[in-house]
Amino acid sequence: MGKYIFSRLINMIPTLFVVAIIVFLITRMIPGDPASVMLGPQASREDVEALTEALGLNEPIHIQFLQYIGNLLKGHFGVSLSYNQPITDLIINRFPNTVILAVSALIIAFMIGVPAGIISASKQNSLIDYSITTISLIGVSMPIFWLGVMLVLYFSVNLGWFPATGMGSMADGFISYLKHLILPSITLATIPTATFARITRSSMLEVITQDYIKTARSKGISEFIVIFKHAFKNAFNPLLTVLGLQISSLLGGAVLTETIFSWPGMGLLIIDAIEKRDFVVVQSTVLFIALIFVIVNLVVDILYKVVNPKISYSTNKGGTK
Amino acid sequence: MSDMLLKVENLEVQFRSGSTLTKAVNGVSFSLNRKENIGIVGESGSGKSVTATSLLRLIPDPPGKITGGKIIFEDKDLLKLSDKAMRKIRGNEISMIFQDPSTSLNPVYTVGNQIVESIETHQHLNRKEAKEKAVHMLELVGIPEARKRFSMYPHEFSGGMRQRVMIAIALACNPKLLIADEPTTALDVTVQAQILNLMKDLQHSIDTSIIMITHDLGVIWESCDKVLVMYAGNVVESGTVQEIHDNPLHPYTWGLLDSQITESVSSEEELSTIPGSPPDLSLDISGCPFAARCPFAEEICLEKTPEMIEAAEGHFTACHFQTKEHRLDRKEAKVDDRSNIKS
Repeated sequence: MGKYIFSRLINMIPTLFVVAIIVFLITRMIPGDPASVMLGPQASREDVEALTEALGLNEPIHIQFLQYIGNLLKGHFGVSLSYNQPITDLIINRFPNTVILAVSALIIAFMIGVPAGIISASKQNSLIDYSITTISLIGVSMPIFWLGVMLVLYFSVNLGWFPATGMGSMADGFISYLKHLILPSITLATIPTATFARITRSSMLEVITQDYIKTARSKGISEFIVIFKHAFKNAFNPLLTVLGLQISSLLGGAVLTETIFSWPGMGLLIIDAIEKRDFVVVQSTVLFIALIFVIVNLVVDILYKVVNPKISYSTNKGGTK
Repeated sequence: MSDMLLKVENLEVQFRSGSTLTKAVNGVSFSLNRKENIGIVGESGSGKSVTATSLLRLIPDPPGKITGGKIIFEDKDLLKLSDKAMRKIRGNEISMIFQDPSTSLNPVYTVGNQIVESIETHQHLNRKEAKEKAVHMLELVGIPEARKRFSMYPHEFSGGMRQRVMIAIALACNPKLLIADEPTTALDVTVQAQILNLMKDLQHSIDTSIIMITHDLGVIWESCDKVLVMYAGNVVESGTVQEIHDNPLHPYTWGLLDSQITESVSSEEELSTIPGSPPDLSLDISGCPFAARCPFAEEICLEKTPEMIEAAEGHFTACHFQTKEHRLDRKEAKVDDRSNIKS
């Protein structure tokens, strides 16, 4: 097991390296240059050239790349062109906000989506099953930028229950903090909730026709234990895969939700940086998100073993047997 | 207490899928005394498994439904019990083992956990006592190093060992009745005999009755007292093993007997089979369900359903030509070229 984790950690390096190359190239392909964006339309040609020179953007692209990689290896993630702040500080400031939003959305999604899927599967083809299936189909297809705006319109503008934008601070009290959190969390949770419900349902349906479920029933245990102990644990693997993907993508920043609610998280940071052509920020945040992805994937792979004793890890090629 | 353990009367089970209604079991009746073994034999689709599963009310509903009849176990009609009362019967008074041991144990729990669960559900034992009992059960079914095996997962066991675990689960609460749904079908031939012997041994030590479902007549001769021959959801013949073995009456039973591979079957000859296939149970069958495949069938067989009659003492059969007055000659059928089969 320890060996397996170690080899997986080593394998992360090439993955992250490739991500670094791709992000570097893509940011260079975006039209518009940072200096003129930062100085605004009224800036003189001389000023723009001076700034470009100062930012090191006049160097040939391969030199820029080598410098970038060299800094990464030394642990220097660089200084933002537009914020004039080290990237690490930016990420340290922003990431916790994203974590709070992502975790609340995941909790909502898990608490609603999974039970809904289980109920739907155990009452297959009933009215409640059809309702859950329909609602979750609507959920996965929901354009959340629209949903977010509608929620704001109704709950903030019409009813005035929740603030429309921004992130409350604990200084104003927990209630205010929570109020700021509710609408963005619901918006962000919509698609994961529906996804969990659908995955749980289909996975449970596959499991509850298995012979061991009949064995469990033949022992005289209650239907609740049959479903939650015997069926759900077997149905958990596909859910775990989806859960992992959702966690990584939510931790990477919810671009749409954060934009709608002006939530100062990673998503907003990236959007901001792209608009300002702040290459250094874009590169480093994307690399950071890639790092989150590979770590979450590793954790999920280890958890598979916990859920399914049949999986054993080896460091050989082929991985699982 | 009477000697009667189980009495099934006119059991009917139907499956509905979309607009088709499949009558899987059509009025099956039989009775079973304490410590007695009954075998139910028939082809795939004859309704034998459905009959057995219905006894525990484990037919998935929907699509299945027990539409009629009575299942009297001791003095209770199982079909009238609440779900809760029924759960007290399952695994405790009536247990079941299934055909395929590789899929009937839950892969994500240890075998120990699965035995303990059954014990804890029905007996007032604490966790430690339940574990001891489970280890004892594993020893009883002949699993070596039971204590170590207790915490292993099903995939670490061979097929035969898994079936032993299933038996341990089923017998953990000393049930009065054990339903074995083709317990040896999925096993190696060498292991089959071991499992059958184990069941026989354990039966004597815990005094349970067995309903043995199989398509292998050999298993019936080995381990049962009574036989029920089922065809297309009906019982076509029933009686003691001795009677059915020595003096079978129904042409379908003859077909089954002839298709057995025994020492007397010459390797030169083509193996004997019953031509055709069982009828589609979603269609209405008029007359005798076996008529279409029966070498002796005549007009009356297609028109009138034969009554179950007592052709000899304790030996019942449902055939128009097997009455006390009239008998068919079995040899006749074998020589017959079967050209008169009506389809």
